[in-house]
Amino acid sequence: MGILTKKDLKLITDPLADNNPITVQVLGICSALAVTAQLKASIVMAISVMFVLAAGNVVISSMRNIIPPKIRIIVQLVIAATLVIIVDQVLKAYSYNLSKQLSVFVGLIITNCIIMGRFEAFALANTPWKSFLDGIGNAAGYGIILVIVAFFRELLGSGSVLGFKVLGNPIEKTGVYAYGYENNGFMLLAPMALITLGVIIWVQRSRNSSLIEEN
Amino acid sequence: MSRNTESNTYTVLFAVAMVIIVGSLLAFVAQSLKGKIAENKRIEKQQNILYAMGVNENEKGSVNFIPKDKVDADFSKYIVKQYVIKGTTATENDKAYLIDLKREAAKAKKPSYTRKLPLFVGEKDNKTYYIIPVRGKGLWDAIWGYIALNKDLIVQGVYFDDAGETPGLGGNIKERFFMDEFIGEHIFKGNTFEGITVFKGNDDPKSLNKTDCRVDAMAGATITGNGVTAMIKKGLQMYVPYLETLKQ
Repeated sequence: MGILTKKDLKLITDPLADNNPITVQVLGICSALAVTAQLKASIVMAISVMFVLAAGNVVISSMRNIIPPKIRIIVQLVIAATLVIIVDQVLKAYSYNLSKQLSVFVGLIITNCIIMGRFEAFALANTPWKSFLDGIGNAAGYGIILVIVAFFRELLGSGSVLGFKVLGNPIEKTGVYAYGYENNGFMLLAPMALITLGVIIWVQRSRNSSLIEEN
Repeated sequence: MSRNTESNTYTVLFAVAMVIIVGSLLAFVAQSLKGKIAENKRIEKQQNILYAMGVNENEKGSVNFIPKDKVDADFSKYIVKQYVIKGTTATENDKAYLIDLKREAAKAKKPSYTRKLPLFVGEKDNKTYYIIPVRGKGLWDAIWGYIALNKDLIVQGVYFDDAGETPGLGGNIKERFFMDEFIGEHIFKGNTFEGITVFKGNDDPKSLNKTDCRVDAMAGATITGNGVTAMIKKGLQMYVPYLETLKQ
């Protein structure tokens, strides 16, 4: 990788596992619970967050020397909101179907704590290129967890993956349903997303003990 | 950098400049895209209306509208008449599909205002469809839909959509498995208007009983389901005086 130094690469790979925004930094939990009942919705959400976070990080980072520290949070919020609204409007005009799928998430993206968190913690202190990589990395780390949680929720809750009924038809009792298997409707509700997330965090910490805080 | 970014003057000036720049940017984007967005919305509405009366390209299990470029031709082909209804009188109006239900509902709060009710009459394969637009509230935001009835006031097809129901839960009202349950359902019990209730309980999961005015609810979407029930009841109720005249 010619343009990426080792340090740059770390910006992308770190948030995927050992510094994951959801499981380690515990940011962005709210949207992780809200949209993970379906795999497709989670993927749309992950891509949108990646766009907003990378673009927003670059904007904030290139303005970092002129933003007044007293109102920096407001400035960050305005920039995130502006980006999201522009994207939404352009999609509405040129790709109406996609924008319909996205409309639910517009509010969720603006208030996503990962976005504010990365603006504040990284973009304000680093160059635009590094901030861009940080944005991509963190959004990818966020996306991975979303996809894992959504995969299990959709599979166990609705018996499907990406809308395909992989376990058979629950009403006509085909596939595994013929043997008395039932979908767990509880998986579709937000509390089970939190429990799934908890299991992921447990697995991750038991494999990497350096993540466990000392009392 | 020599600029003092801590000073109050700078902070205020920055805030003012930011608001002006962002505000004009958003206004410019919104203005320049307005026409295209309105056009997309009109096409979507016509696709929805046609979908309800069965003019669609549905494949197994998924919702497929007719393609955008066919909408204009098909809409004038299948929708033979458009009416605006006030009480029991219907006036023909070929711009009825442009009536904004939200605005009508707001105007109707004044007791002196008689609400304009749009009704679309479609014809396909020698069958007549009466398509009624409805609008209501889900859990998070507005929900709306189109309900196609035949002359005997039995549901022939529906299309539902939402502004912001939870994907995978309430958002499923626009999925085939939910909408298809309404097909064949009665909205009258005997001679009294009943609407259609989205009913919890697993007594009829395939919705085979069509005269019970009930369809099976979705798991995890009680409030959206109740919203659909209320929307259908309230929406169709307003048309009942006119619909009764059709029966004779």
